[in-house]
Parts: sequence; structure tokens; C-alpha cells
Amino acid sequence: MNIIEFITQPWPWYVAGPLIGLTVPTLLILGNKTFGISSSMRHICAACIPAKIPFFQYDWKKEIWNLVFVLGIFFGAVIATQLFSNPEDIIVSEKLVNDIKQYGITDYSQLVPVDLLNWESLITVRGFIMIVIGGFMVGFGTRYAGGCTSGHAIMGLSSLQWPSLVATCCFMLGGIVMANFILPFILSIQF
Amino acid sequence: MQEKQEYQVRSTDAVCVNESQLKDKWYSNIKYLIVGISFGFIFVKAEIVSWFRIQEMFRFQSFHMYGVIGSAVIVGMISVWIIKKFKVKSIQGEKIVIQNKTFNKGQIYGALIFGFGWALTGACPGPLFAQIGTGATVVSITLLSAILGTWVYGYFRDKLPH
Repeated sequence: MNIIEFITQPWPWYVAGPLIGLTVPTLLILGNKTFGISSSMRHICAACIPAKIPFFQYDWKKEIWNLVFVLGIFFGAVIATQLFSNPEDIIVSEKLVNDIKQYGITDYSQLVPVDLLNWESLITVRGFIMIVIGGFMVGFGTRYAGGCTSGHAIMGLSSLQWPSLVATCCFMLGGIVMANFILPFILSIQF
Repeated sequence: MQEKQEYQVRSTDAVCVNESQLKDKWYSNIKYLIVGISFGFIFVKAEIVSWFRIQEMFRFQSFHMYGVIGSAVIVGMISVWIIKKFKVKSIQGEKIVIQNKTFNKGQIYGALIFGFGWALTGACPGPLFAQIGTGATVVSITLLSAILGTWVYGYFRDKLPH
């Protein structure tokens, strides 16, 4: 197997996980920065629509590295997709395939399900809930919690912060409840 | 004094705040762009940004995501331990500081709300940026909505239980 083949195939967890973990010391050593992503959205608010809200009255330019970092994430995804993309369908658990087939989700060619999340679906009730309301909960919830998967689950747990353990458990609990008990109803909405 | 107040606001409910005493040139940010690019690349190659993978995780149908997050935390933990133990300095020669988080109820309520959103959109904030990069342009609406959610939190912050 040559190197290009090696890169284009989906990476296993034991390659990706440790590399993601290394982001923590890399950012600390490069500039004394603690790893976190959701704050970037707060900096965008502070930069664009502070509206005299005390929570956004700070010098966002001091955190510009965080915005550059998320811009990098976008470009990294573009490069991975355009140049090193895996031509095969994404392989997921058969149980999941069976579970969601009934909702018309059968296209596994993209990482984001095209049957579910697309511009046409935005004006349907199902799509609106999943895209707009889901997005709102991500932004509102992460800021209320003081961090997201990167800031709490990875950075927070790495530095043994118990509030981050509480937050991580609640992330998982919320996700488990939604995916297993609420999402099936949302997916079955036909309009 | 004013600067101290500014720092207090900026570091409120945010994990990633570290005040560098150094005034860096603009191009010093390029290194964060490079780290970001590699991070986004890994996100896509390991399918972490996939809605399907997130569903598998929350339905306990695959070990993949647990393996990714678990091994990332272990590597992060060892790294932080090494940095503290050997008092590793940043490349600018600054002492590396990791702020302690203080507990508030937002870490329960907010985290549950985020969990709901995570299972719906199949993305936490980092993957949102990456999903757009994979060509799923509609996710830009999800991101805008998430920014709006952040803003609304800021607006109602004082009225919410913490």
C-alpha cells in the first residue's frame, strides 16, 4: 500500500485520537493557548454584534488565534475532501443502517447525510429542527456550559478539572437521550 | 485596572483563555492556522465530523468515537502531566499556565442542551466548521444558528441559573 492509499482510507480511532490529544500540548507550547473551539463563536459575537451586552465587552482581538484556528479547521476539511477523499461510502454499523433506513436515510456517500441535511430540507419541519434548532442548542448550550467537547472533554479532562467531567457526562447524557428517545420522533416527521 | 476587568469578562465561562504577556506580530497566528488545518484534516479522515458516527456513538453501536475521544484524553493527560512535571515552557519562553475551571450549574444545564444539539446536528462546534469544508454548505446555517445561540446566551446570561 502506498502512502496516498494509506492517507485516503478512513483513519482508525487509535491514529486519530492520539493526534487530536496532541493538539493540547501543541497549542500550549506554541503560544500558551488552552485548547477550545466553542469560544470562537463568542469571539465572533464580540466582534460583529456585541450590542452593549456585558458578556461580549472584551477585546476579541486578543483571542484572534482562536478564529484563525477554526478557519484552519475549515481549510483542513477542504483539503481532506478535495485531495485525499475516500471514494467509498462511509461504513457504519449495520444496526444504525437498519435503524434509520425507515426514515429514508440511505445515502452514505457523504459524511453529512444528504438525505437529511440539505438546502431543500431547510424549509421542512424536520430539516428546520435538525439544522436551525439543533445549531442554536449547540451554540447556546456550549456557552452556557462554558465549553464544548474540545474545551471540556479533551482539554478539561486532560488537566483533571472535575467541572469538565460533570459537563462531559451531561453532554453524553443529553446526546444519548436525544439520539435514542427524541430523534426517532423528529426523523419520522414527514413534512 | 481596566485591563484586569477586560480580562475578567473575556475569561468568563470560557475554557480557552490564557493571557500572553507578549505582543505578537500578526504572522505569529500562522502557526495556529497550520494546527487548525491538520486538526480539520484529521477530523475528516477519521470521520469524526460525520453525523452517522455521532449517531453510532450515542446509540452505543460502535466503539469508534469512544476510542477517538478516550485516546485523545489519555494522550492529552500524559502531555499535560509532562508539561507540569518538567515545567516545560512555551516556545516564547513563557511559563505554561492552565486555568482551573470553577463549577457552576451551567455545566449541567448548558451541557445537556449542547448534548441535544450534538445528537441533532451530528456536530460539536469544531466539526461544524469542518462539515462546511467537506462541501455540506447547508451546515453554514447550522453554524449561524449556533452563533445566534451564543449571542442569545450572552443576552440572557444574568437571568439564567448558574
